[in-house]
Amino acid sequence: MTRFHDYDSIPGTYVYDAERGRIGYALNMFCMSLNKPENRNSFKDNEAAYLDRFPLTAEQRRSVLERDWLGMLKAGGNIYYTIKIAFCDGLTFQDVAGMMSGVSKEAYAKMMLAGGRSPEGNRYKDGAQGPECEHG
Amino acid sequence: MARIVAGIACSHVPAIGVAMDKGLTGTPYWEPLFKGYEPAREWLRKLAPDVAIVVYNDHASAFSLEIIPTFLIGVAEEFPIADEGFGPRPVPAVRGHSQLAWHLAESLILDEFDMTIANQMPVDHGLTVPLSVTCGRPPAWPFAVIPLCVNVVQYPPPTGARCFKLGQAIRRAVAQFDQDLRIVIYGTGGMSHQLQGERAGLINRQFDTAFLDGLTRDPLALTRITHTEYMREAGSEGIEMVMWHVMRGALEERVAEVYRHYHVPASNTAAGLMILENRSAE
Repeated sequence: MTRFHDYDSIPGTYVYDAERGRIGYALNMFCMSLNKPENRNSFKDNEAAYLDRFPLTAEQRRSVLERDWLGMLKAGGNIYYTIKIAFCDGLTFQDVAGMMSGVSKEAYAKMMLAGGRSPEGNRYKDGAQGPECEHG
Repeated sequence: MARIVAGIACSHVPAIGVAMDKGLTGTPYWEPLFKGYEPAREWLRKLAPDVAIVVYNDHASAFSLEIIPTFLIGVAEEFPIADEGFGPRPVPAVRGHSQLAWHLAESLILDEFDMTIANQMPVDHGLTVPLSVTCGRPPAWPFAVIPLCVNVVQYPPPTGARCFKLGQAIRRAVAQFDQDLRIVIYGTGGMSHQLQGERAGLINRQFDTAFLDGLTRDPLALTRITHTEYMREAGSEGIEMVMWHVMRGALEERVAEVYRHYHVPASNTAAGLMILENRSAE
């Protein structure tokens, strides 16, 4: 991280900002290519060979092949792009959201039906409260 | 003279489109959400506008990260339906209003809003889901549509205050258009939701309710919500609510809330729908 942002204090959140935009470009452009059916087929036929077409880092490549959804975000992935890999796998946004938050599909669906994840205790890392001026 | 008669705020969850396309709207999961859409459809059918300006964001469909326009207006006669990674939605292509769109582009740029102009682009669920929500499944959309895209995918999106001012500029531009058109403006996206990270699934009913109340009562106060506050309080993707300010800015200062529907969950999202009419509307 090149400088501090007030949003860095939000837990479990990967803001797709300038720094992630800088490191994630190739990864997200690979995902973008999956908008074309012929590319989806090529990717499904041979994932490793298809990924060779894009200048990914070793970590980006690993996270895609292993479907490490959080790993992709940490390596500069943007959820609107990486979700296209999930669509190839026949997964939904809710399936992937459950995996990222580390609970079963059923537990996640139940949480959403009960009104979703509460902001209480989820606003700041370590539960710490931030400066009041931030909200001004 | 052209004039904006009403505004519609509407979430654009992709799963809502899927539920309609697959005929699942009567299932126990979806029924309460869709039931709440019926009065809005009836209202819009009676209003029968000529044109809708739909403020939405593209989700890696028409635009990639190659070029990221902050504000963009679509001036084409027709916009095809995008393949977002699972085939295009089975909905009609969107008919544009090229003349009005070009007039808006020209007026907005001269009014110091530096719009990107798109002559060709597919439209994704960000635009088509609000149309489906408010029009159902017609064989053709009942009005012309001018797509107006706002970047909310690459941080930072434009501020809420800037979006509100763009709305005001749209209102000024529309008033200068020499055709007798009745226009509705959609602000789409939101409400609270987070699709990514360990905190995925965040919903903040209190924030959303205050936001809905504020749209009528004190929209300027809402424009001072910072990006970090949206993300912290309403989830990282809740920041889409900046687009509602464009819609609100395009309406008169005094508006009446005609209808409100709020439901949790639509997949990962708090789905909101609100109709605002200008006080001077017929």
